[in-house]
Amino acid sequence: MNPFRKNHKQLSIFVTAGYPELNSLPDQIGYLEQRGVDFIEVGVPFSDPMADGPTIQKSSEIALKNGMTVSLLFDQIALVNAKVPLIIMSYFNPILHFGIERFLKRCQEARVSHVIVPDISLEVYEKLYRSDFEQYGVTLCFLITPRTSSSRVEKMSQLSSNGFLYLVSSNMTTGNTGKSLRVSDEELSRIRSAAGDTPLMIGFGIKTKADVAEVHRKADGAIIGSAYIKALAEGKSEDFISSVLAPEPQNP
Amino acid sequence: MISTIDFKKPDSLGFYGGFGGAFVPELLRQNLTSLEEAFREAKQDDAFHSSFQRLLKDYVGRPSPLYFSNYLSETYGAKIYLKREDLNHTGSHKINNALGQILLAQRMQKRQIIAETGAGQHGVATATACALLNMECIVFMGEKDMERQAPNVQRMRMLGAKVIAATSGSKTLKDATNEAIRYWINHPDAYYLIGSVVGPHPYPEMVAYFQSVISHEIQTQLLAAEGTETPSKVIACVGGGSNAAGAFHHFYDSSAQLIAVEAAGMGVDTGQSAATSALGVNGVLHGSMTLLMQDDDGQVVEPYSISAGLDYPGIGPEHAHAILSQRTKAINITDTEAVAAAFELTRNEGIIPALESAHAIAALKKTKFQPDEIVVVNLSGRGDKDMSTYIKHHESIS
Repeated sequence: MNPFRKNHKQLSIFVTAGYPELNSLPDQIGYLEQRGVDFIEVGVPFSDPMADGPTIQKSSEIALKNGMTVSLLFDQIALVNAKVPLIIMSYFNPILHFGIERFLKRCQEARVSHVIVPDISLEVYEKLYRSDFEQYGVTLCFLITPRTSSSRVEKMSQLSSNGFLYLVSSNMTTGNTGKSLRVSDEELSRIRSAAGDTPLMIGFGIKTKADVAEVHRKADGAIIGSAYIKALAEGKSEDFISSVLAPEPQNP
Repeated sequence: MISTIDFKKPDSLGFYGGFGGAFVPELLRQNLTSLEEAFREAKQDDAFHSSFQRLLKDYVGRPSPLYFSNYLSETYGAKIYLKREDLNHTGSHKINNALGQILLAQRMQKRQIIAETGAGQHGVATATACALLNMECIVFMGEKDMERQAPNVQRMRMLGAKVIAATSGSKTLKDATNEAIRYWINHPDAYYLIGSVVGPHPYPEMVAYFQSVISHEIQTQLLAAEGTETPSKVIACVGGGSNAAGAFHHFYDSSAQLIAVEAAGMGVDTGQSAATSALGVNGVLHGSMTLLMQDDDGQVVEPYSISAGLDYPGIGPEHAHAILSQRTKAINITDTEAVAAAFELTRNEGIIPALESAHAIAALKKTKFQPDEIVVVNLSGRGDKDMSTYIKHHESIS
């Protein structure tokens, strides 16, 4: 059963495990869940996060200095007994080094059924890792972009059908400034149709309530990462969550 | 038994054995697909080859000499030749690849070129190629490397390139590469001109292809000098491994022993080393699976070498595969041994080698030879950029 739904206007928040403090994660998950966030992405910090902008780079660097590891992440998740889905987002190397089967087994034990690995491509996944993921019942949610061809989106949507597709709002690293949703309506409708029944979440550059509202008009959910991490760094995370969860203004 | 063809040409997903591939976010997929298509087309195009060959001959000054060294031959007891890549325009082998790729970028109608650089040799080669073809050039360089290699920063700027300091992570080559990749994600219309046989497919194959002119020339030159085109040993230094890839390319399917020389830094077991094949395990960095220096949690370790061109935590996937399948033998040389070899070559042959190439020269001392065997050492670059290091060392011994 897919916990993510079509046309359900979901909101997800990304947190970097081990940031701002080594043991911040359990409390953050509890807090976000209590505020009504629909699912939570937990980022594994990596020394070389090539798709991330300065905000998440910095939070990863601090988390690593704090001593965050993959093993500790699973221990922390076990403490919370989260009711909303938790999704682990990690670059591939920490998983590879931990051991792919060992990682998937720990996911299974921790009831983490979905992972995002930005640097595993469709082709590499099908050839090398698909059978491992399927054996442990873990779904890889693929990243797609406005430039991804319809045939690739179709293949990815089948592989991610127990999860969702993560549409990167335009060609950019995370937390980029400027207009948040640069994908055109034409591109979006092409992607939606290729994605079929697989829910479509949009992330990268989503910063405000207005951004979230726009995403909700066009896709099934919005993912906020850098903007939340930035609010955390400024000690304004609670205000930030209140602002993005507030009812949509009448005259945006 | 592993087929030798594996070392020269990866499979359709870019794997050399278990190494290579394209481990990149979907954001770069379209760019890599277009690049691979353009590369395949260019390889079939006679006009592309003749433009490239003309530049190599008239602009770079190729073929670079294959110089028989009396001193090294007598000292080490073999027939020792130096392949003089140091005599190329811009002072190293890096220009071969920069020109090949800039012609490809031109075919793809790109206007903006981005590159990463460590010591600055690839940055200078790229800035040179961009000046020649009137393209915009942005070079990412670690903030620390910009301080260590200030003259090359000035050369790049004089050539019209914009040099951007990479201030993330450890502020060296690894981080400059991260910044270049991030810029490429944000500016997909740019052409990313990678300087070594690293990165996602098709880069390792493509860079090796453009550098393979080195081993092709060695074959022709040895045939004229010795009546055989195959030496018994080829020795080259390896950071990412582009000069070694070029020097080994046409010898994979021959009897020649291939020796890759890595930088041991202060010593392999000191924690201050860049000997990737000795210290690395399977990992993914900058888009390819390779041997990678990393800690117990899969975080990439910052390598160390006196040579800014060899302190890379990974190694080209071609070399990882060839070393693990024992086609290529890896050895390593410390800072001290490399500097001593540089002085030995300078005093006895009048050739000041780059610190990187000095590692390859130092390998002679660690290798056993039969008196009649023919050995080629790839002298990948000249030592002008390393003068401050050499002067410091010279003052400390005199």
